Amino acid sequence: MSALEIFVTAIGMAVIALLCRSSFLLPNEELPMPRWLREGLRYAPTAALAAVVMPELVMTQGHLIDTWRDARVFGALAGLAFYAWRRSLLWTILCGTGVMLALRFGLGW
Amino acid sequence: MSLRSRAARLRAQASAISRRPLFREGVREGMPMALGISAWGLVAGVAMAKSGMGVPMAIFMSVIVYAGSAQIAALPLIAAGAPIWVVWATTLCVSLRFMAFSFHYRPYFAHLPRPQRVALSFLMGDTNFALFIRRFPHWEPGIAHPDYFMGSALLTFGVWQVTIITGIIAGHAIPAAWGLGFAGTMALLALTCTQLRDSTSWVAAVVAAGAAVAAYALPLKLNIVVAIAAAVAVCVLADHARAARTGPRS
Repeated sequence: MSALEIFVTAIGMAVIALLCRSSFLLPNEELPMPRWLREGLRYAPTAALAAVVMPELVMTQGHLIDTWRDARVFGALAGLAFYAWRRSLLWTILCGTGVMLALRFGLGW
Repeated sequence: MSLRSRAARLRAQASAISRRPLFREGVREGMPMALGISAWGLVAGVAMAKSGMGVPMAIFMSVIVYAGSAQIAALPLIAAGAPIWVVWATTLCVSLRFMAFSFHYRPYFAHLPRPQRVALSFLMGDTNFALFIRRFPHWEPGIAHPDYFMGSALLTFGVWQVTIITGIIAGHAIPAAWGLGFAGTMALLALTCTQLRDSTSWVAAVVAAGAAVAAYALPLKLNIVVAIAAAVAVCVLADHARAARTGPRS
């Protein structure tokens, strides 16, 4: 793409992202919404987070990992265990990343 | 009003907001996340640098789009010279989850004037949303909810922009093999855990995680949309089945 095309692309992306973010905040009046949608949207953020995270943990180059010796999986499990134990966000991140790095550089996984 | 007095007023407003207790709490609780954000920002910046779009364009895009996952998803498309609408459609698919955030923020922000609501919208992100809902599961009267949001959101914005621009400029000096981006993934994983309040939210997370992996081959990052739709459908059906079994809820 030329610089001009990238410029136009970036502006479009900014508009799309902002419209999605402000969608329910733009109207001044309450939006009429069917009840099932209102109920369903309660779970959407949790689903969105899980949907973004999971492929990052178990996929490589668009394929499911085919070995159990993947540092990311064990890092994530260590982080999850730590979260279940202490409920600390900071230490969950540090513990998970630490285990992942240790396995990757220590064992070459 | 002269430029100088306007700037002075803005500065006075900013310092007044930064002294509010909920703003400070937002900053404090955003700190652990800043670690994940900065690692992730650095990785995103390096990816932008390697896409070959040039430093000024990469910085321009980062500042105005301010959506890491959308930018990362757009990079290979831009590098491959895909049609612009494909990049936009991908951005839309990746950004649809923001609509759910927007829906949840509405009761907390509805009293503000529209320009302020839009300004707050620009600062929305995964991490500050999860922190906000963890802190305020329900709207409470007499609480300055936007102060808390601003605290964590402005911290995230600052940290993200500094690190992504560092990544863009330092570029190839930061090897991807560091696996730095994993800290960002761990931050999101920890936040996902904070959202698991009841059995239905567990179902939502498990269904979405499975569907996102199963549908990964779909174009335009549609797997995220499919995953959210599947999880919402299953949860609504589960709620209704439970209500039918135990009698209607209030």
